[in-house]
Amino acid sequence: MAEQLFSGIQINGLYKIFGSHPEDFIDAVKAGLSKTELLDKHAHVLGLRDINLDIPSGCIQVIMGLSGSGKSTLIRHINRLIDPTAGEVLVNGVDIVKMNDSALREFRRQQTAMVFQKFALLPHRTVLENTLYGLDIQGVARSKSTDIAMRWLDRVGLKGFEKQYPNQLSGGMQQRVGLARALANDAPVLLMDEAYSALDPLIRVDMQTVLLDIQKEIKKTIVFITHDLDEALRLGDQIAILRDGEIIQQGSSQDIVLRPQDEYIANFVREVNRGRVVEVDAVMTPFQLGHKISGPTIASGTSLEEAAQLLCRWPEGEVAVTGANGDRIGVVNLRRVVEAMVSFQNQCQEPTRSSARPGAQAIS
Amino acid sequence: MDWFDKFPHMDDESLRALKKTIDESFRAFTRSYGDSIEELFTPLKMFLTFAERLMIQTPWPIVIAVILLLTWLASRSKKVVVGALVALLAIGYFDMWEDTMRTASMIFVCTILSIAFGIPIGIWMARSDRVQRIINPILDVMQTMPSFVYLIPVVMLLGIGKVPGLIAVVIYSIPPMIRLTNLGIRLVDKDVLEAADAFGSSSFQKLRNVQLPLALPTIMTGVNQTIMMALAMVVVAAMIGVQGLGQPVLKAISNQYFTLGIFNGLAIVGLAIVFDRATQAYGKRIQKHMENQHG
Repeated sequence: MAEQLFSGIQINGLYKIFGSHPEDFIDAVKAGLSKTELLDKHAHVLGLRDINLDIPSGCIQVIMGLSGSGKSTLIRHINRLIDPTAGEVLVNGVDIVKMNDSALREFRRQQTAMVFQKFALLPHRTVLENTLYGLDIQGVARSKSTDIAMRWLDRVGLKGFEKQYPNQLSGGMQQRVGLARALANDAPVLLMDEAYSALDPLIRVDMQTVLLDIQKEIKKTIVFITHDLDEALRLGDQIAILRDGEIIQQGSSQDIVLRPQDEYIANFVREVNRGRVVEVDAVMTPFQLGHKISGPTIASGTSLEEAAQLLCRWPEGEVAVTGANGDRIGVVNLRRVVEAMVSFQNQCQEPTRSSARPGAQAIS
Repeated sequence: MDWFDKFPHMDDESLRALKKTIDESFRAFTRSYGDSIEELFTPLKMFLTFAERLMIQTPWPIVIAVILLLTWLASRSKKVVVGALVALLAIGYFDMWEDTMRTASMIFVCTILSIAFGIPIGIWMARSDRVQRIINPILDVMQTMPSFVYLIPVVMLLGIGKVPGLIAVVIYSIPPMIRLTNLGIRLVDKDVLEAADAFGSSSFQKLRNVQLPLALPTIMTGVNQTIMMALAMVVVAAMIGVQGLGQPVLKAISNQYFTLGIFNGLAIVGLAIVFDRATQAYGKRIQKHMENQHG
């Protein structure tokens, strides 16, 4: 129900300065005072500088950055666990910075739910009681909230664990409780603060799958914080990369991997398994009539790795890429796909557009 | 160099005048308000008398049964229950049942008062650093001031009897209750508190759902300490007319009755151990599921 009405999150000109008198320095920071200068001369820490983000409803926005980049500070502005020094945060069109205490409480109860890095479960409550915690606070009767909580526990794979205490569960299972607790709130905004960072790699991937599966049904607006680029690329419809409190690049996973804005991001991207991230669309040549095509078709959005698996059976031929409605929109061959996977630095200078001569690849 | 060898003090005349003025004004205060203050404490006196009568007039097997049941509910440990039974039977056998019941009723009332006042004050302290800064030194004074000193004004105001004794005991035994409530709430995990905020808890919901339950083991330590300190004050309270195990001890001191002293002393110890083990076991039991059992 909320999906249609909810208009997403907009963050405009957000600044955060930590210290005893942040308001004294906000103008100087806006005028360009650097983080180090602010710290050295005035003993104030610049948390966030001029953050602008537009997160559409129903989309997973990943905010990525290393520790100290301000990503946890940023997510806490969306439910105002931290007050900004300047700027506005519009959630569903309402500026939460201007809310008074009781309006803010109501906003947190109805509009947001949060999952935490350290789980933050209540150790004296059972798994079930933890899951219905948010509903308790909203004043929902236990008879009703128990049903909702049981449904979500089942959905995250914790059926049969309701009566256990959090400390009897492993980290991965505890975070499932954290996720169920957040989902039980049925709030349009789901904030996930390094939710999977404390989990080991296999369980992390597992939990990512759980989240992606659930998101297909619930279509929440999710803000996901991570320091792990692989996780960011896997989950994010949109990714924003944060460094020293500033957003240095925003875009889709394809944008980040194919067109890193600077050396810093390029360094990150170098370690990424491109075969899994880059989509076949990035290396295909536009389809034109008269193309010699053979074999099967590949759907647009397929990863290079999957495309390569398929193409191994057609090592010589050209294969069509099809769009959402089944139209042929481009062609690829094995060689181009493999090239892009192993060394895409040389390859990705907009290869698809410059070499769009029909039949040029047919010789190989 | 006279001032170097001998500390230059206020001259005797004005010092005497100062003491006399304070004494006289306090005495005047006592004369004009003593009765109304005593009246203020009447409900307390009635409560105390009621508790004492209840414990003495109830037949001893029932009292023992109730104490054992409470001990079992608190500790769920057979060892503690059997220990309590042995201690109580021994006390009764050596003819100290009535005095022990008087003392136990006193401790009971004192603990209830300490909890009733200590927990709210502790919560208040935990919520504000300024309140903590003000209350901490007051607690220091309450714990270190020799109890005889504050017995003087209490006796002047209320005379000799149970109520002044109770007040003296509460003054001495309430500080750990306040301190540990404050500490317990301040030690609550910041992440859990943040989660409570993020889900939109009001401050009362935060207190009820998160802070108090998570502070409960520490608060229970406070209850335990309060009981122990109250027991330690029994003999002192006996000096201003509180009946119970303290009085025979006082008699033993002034007459050098060694055995009488030892017996009653041991009865206090027995009572203390029963209370201590029961409350401690309860404290441990409630935090069992908070311990990390996994990885």
